[in-house]
Amino acid sequence: MTKEYKTINQIAGPLIFVEKTEPVGYNELVNITLPDGTTKRGQVLDTSNDIVVVQVFEGTGGLNRECGVRFTGETIKLPVSKDLLGRILSGAGEPLDGGPRIVPEDRLEITGAAINPYARLPPKDFIQTGISTIDGMNTLVRGQKLPIFSGSGLPHNEIALQIARQAKVRGSNEPFAVVFAAMGITNEEAQYFMRDFERTGALERAVVFLNLADDPAVERLITPRLALTAAEYLAYEHDMHVLVILTDITNYCEALRQMGAAREEVPGRRGYPGYMYTDLASLYERAGVIKGRKGSVTQFSILSMPGDDITHPIPDLSGYITEGQIVISRELHRKGIYPPVNVLPSLSRLMNSGIGATRTREDHKAVSDQLYAAYAEGKDLRGLVAIVGKDALSDRDRKFLEFADMFEDKFVRQGDDENRDIETTLSIGWDLLAELPEAQLTRIDNKYIQKYHPAHKAQKQE
Amino acid sequence: MKNKGEIYRISGPVVIISGLNTKMYDVVKVGTEGLMGEVIGIEGDKSTVQVYEETSGLKPGEPVENTGMSLSVELGPGLLESIYDGIQRPLPVLKESMGDFIKRGVSANGLSREKEWDFVPTVKKGDKINGGDIIGTVQETQNIEQRILVPPNVSGTIKEIMKGKFKVDAVICTLTDGKELMMMQKWPVRKPRPVSKKLTPSTPLITGQRILDGLFPIAKGGTAAIPGPFGSGKTVTQQQLAKWSDTEIVVYIGCGERGNEMADVLYEFPEIKDPKTGRPLMERTVLIANTSNMPVAAREASVYTGITIAEYYRDMGYDVSLMADSTSRWAEAMREISSRLEEMPGEEGYPAYLAARLSEFYERAGKVKALCGKEGSITVIGAVSPPGGDFSEPITQNTLRIVKVFWALDAKLAQRRHFPSINWLNSYSLYTKALGPWYDEHVSPDWVKLRNDAMELLQKESELQEIVQLVGSDALPEDQQLTLEIARMIREYFLQQNAYHEVDTYCPMEKQFKLMKAIMSWGDKAQNALEGGAAVEDIMKSKTKDDLAKVKYEKEFDTALGVILKSMDEEFAKLRGK
Repeated sequence: MTKEYKTINQIAGPLIFVEKTEPVGYNELVNITLPDGTTKRGQVLDTSNDIVVVQVFEGTGGLNRECGVRFTGETIKLPVSKDLLGRILSGAGEPLDGGPRIVPEDRLEITGAAINPYARLPPKDFIQTGISTIDGMNTLVRGQKLPIFSGSGLPHNEIALQIARQAKVRGSNEPFAVVFAAMGITNEEAQYFMRDFERTGALERAVVFLNLADDPAVERLITPRLALTAAEYLAYEHDMHVLVILTDITNYCEALRQMGAAREEVPGRRGYPGYMYTDLASLYERAGVIKGRKGSVTQFSILSMPGDDITHPIPDLSGYITEGQIVISRELHRKGIYPPVNVLPSLSRLMNSGIGATRTREDHKAVSDQLYAAYAEGKDLRGLVAIVGKDALSDRDRKFLEFADMFEDKFVRQGDDENRDIETTLSIGWDLLAELPEAQLTRIDNKYIQKYHPAHKAQKQE
Repeated sequence: MKNKGEIYRISGPVVIISGLNTKMYDVVKVGTEGLMGEVIGIEGDKSTVQVYEETSGLKPGEPVENTGMSLSVELGPGLLESIYDGIQRPLPVLKESMGDFIKRGVSANGLSREKEWDFVPTVKKGDKINGGDIIGTVQETQNIEQRILVPPNVSGTIKEIMKGKFKVDAVICTLTDGKELMMMQKWPVRKPRPVSKKLTPSTPLITGQRILDGLFPIAKGGTAAIPGPFGSGKTVTQQQLAKWSDTEIVVYIGCGERGNEMADVLYEFPEIKDPKTGRPLMERTVLIANTSNMPVAAREASVYTGITIAEYYRDMGYDVSLMADSTSRWAEAMREISSRLEEMPGEEGYPAYLAARLSEFYERAGKVKALCGKEGSITVIGAVSPPGGDFSEPITQNTLRIVKVFWALDAKLAQRRHFPSINWLNSYSLYTKALGPWYDEHVSPDWVKLRNDAMELLQKESELQEIVQLVGSDALPEDQQLTLEIARMIREYFLQQNAYHEVDTYCPMEKQFKLMKAIMSWGDKAQNALEGGAAVEDIMKSKTKDDLAKVKYEKEFDTALGVILKSMDEEFAKLRGK
């Protein structure tokens, strides 16, 4: 039994300051016993011979200087086993579903070490999500981290669930799992996710960590780490392909800022701590594929942009770490288009390695580029039309303007249970492009035009 | 002098130690696991150390040992083809010794102590040598010969020099005063290696990228910044530069970047053939990879590790290009450490010494006369990642005050799939004048004028676009409609370049010239035809115009272009006849 200290000197926000301890390790796990016998947990943030700073996960409510503090001598670990699948745990890793405690096969550090870049395998397996705007133009691959940048009131949860339901690697039946980590979302949202998992039977293959809006904010700092530790364990020890859904990253960052303020740190942009980039990287970077191991960790996080502002520090720093982003547009949502993905600011950085002749189809990149270019031009023309009217446009411009409308209606819009395979997506793309004059298809190699353009295809068949 | 102390306090990567005699920038071994750290502040008997490895579990009272040396890299044969982390530990060796994840407390030599190299001396007994002189050569890779240099602070007369196969730490040369030289030498990373003279850059770095070579060239020994909001194609542009630039040695620093992208680089580089030699590109490359989740202090060091290696090859008389992706991540590492040190912050929380550190780093670029008398250069291309694409932030602003070339990546262009998405209006190069004579001699005396004309057209286009936004293009006079069309051709046919297309990915200077000339000559002919009374609608229907769009993808470019030029003449002759 480790020594119990009753030497709390100061309590400030989520932090307690403990004096006169024996040497305590940095990041060590701490148990705190309240006078009424309840216990709370915490973690060492700063340690020296004089004073040890501990952040308390469950909040410092009810704590006083009489509390007993025990340093466990080890950093925070998650007990892991294959039985994690199908379980619902709290944001601190305790069972919430009334089930037994996990009988651990192993206990893993939740901070997780960085993957040696040399041990990584560049992700390249195409994941078909069944959503045209993603598969066709912002392709997701195994091992990628691709967040959804959304805003309040937009259907990001529906999209995330549709992806969780439909995502698959074509022609493969390898075991997969979903790890879902809720950080500060409302009970209602959590219910929505759980219902859908139950309805589709996905729960059996899922591990759920729930830190809800009324749970302590500090706990949010460990929830995603628990989830990613579970994901890595399933991926690298049990050869599973794991899709991790973290929602909502913004709440995580708020908790980070709250901690920074409590520690009286020098704030960076908009009060977020200067190390937020590194901290976020330590989450996002835990996605990938490792040479010689069968499993993979793919991350699909949800991030609601405060004020729909993509330059806000949270989406901005995330965008620098993740391999692209799917941007949800309020404008499209207002038009009643689902899924309202705005392809223009969306991006998948790993798309090029996941598509092409052997993975999807040879013309995929060219079609995607052409759709991008044509839609961008069409959208620009909308601004012009607002000033000069449609009649002032040249024939060519009018075609692009119409293209933009059709693109939103046919390509972007789809049902929330409509699972389009990549061929369908590409052929919708070609049908739309066929409405433009052929000479305008400058992004597409002539041989693909000959082969896939509906006009030429029809000719050949004759 | 005490060289053993103990840990007093731990806060993230910053550890305060007591009871140890240290100098600034000494490397210390922290804790029972001997984690590597560097002294960055001294107060009383306490020293502040930034630790290059994860500090979880470290306790006050654990021992600390001072190595008495500052952070250094090992220089010698075996650097090329290496993949290092920020403090020159080879990643493949780390993988072997600790598995797929980077754990801590493992040290690894930068250069293999096992491998033997065939040393051929170029000096003999009795020769007088000075610091920086070449004493022999080693064939490091098939096309790169490493010249073994005398360490800059050593001179004397040779007593004995060996020949044959040796390991890097074997003595190959003894001086009369008893000094022994090895093929390997160490150099502290934060100190620039000395040169005999700095020269003015006068030859362009040929990159095969049309917008760079053509419009905004950088000189060998110059400095450039690529600021790019995320998603603007910065990484692809940098990788293209690393692949294709005509320097002998490439040092690529992935500083705080994505693991998967680094993996892609690590995978792709060994596969890419050097266009000139047909050998793998890795044979002339040193990669430094410190991803964003690797320890922040090592990220801070990685940039110095890279430039010191670059300087070493420059001192042999090579042209080196160094890519740092991204210097913003580096600056953020400085900021993070600075805030852990509770230093008074400057702008946006960055330390007040940010500007000084940036300029010190870029000053290590340049064309020089090395100590050995040969000319070498380091071209530094630094990426900056301005938060929110806001160029007014401190890193971009401080960088722009130093660098001579600015390649303004533009997310808007990327969204339109205009790649490389470098904005032709906001970019600049201060080398265009200095490089003029080179272009006259090596490309064509017409080139400079051609380029200026093209730039003028693009400038005019942007002015006209403003009017078009208001009234539509049909309302413009015919000659201005034509100007817009020619400018569009320059943008789409010349400036756009497909990095993933086997032919288009690299465009030699000669092809650039011919392509631009063909576009401009179509423009001239069209203007003439218009003046001669042809209708602008008919000119726009030109078939050769559409042919020009695709000629850059042709394997047999010259033949294809020849055909187009011929039919262009015929076409315009017909137009005039109408």
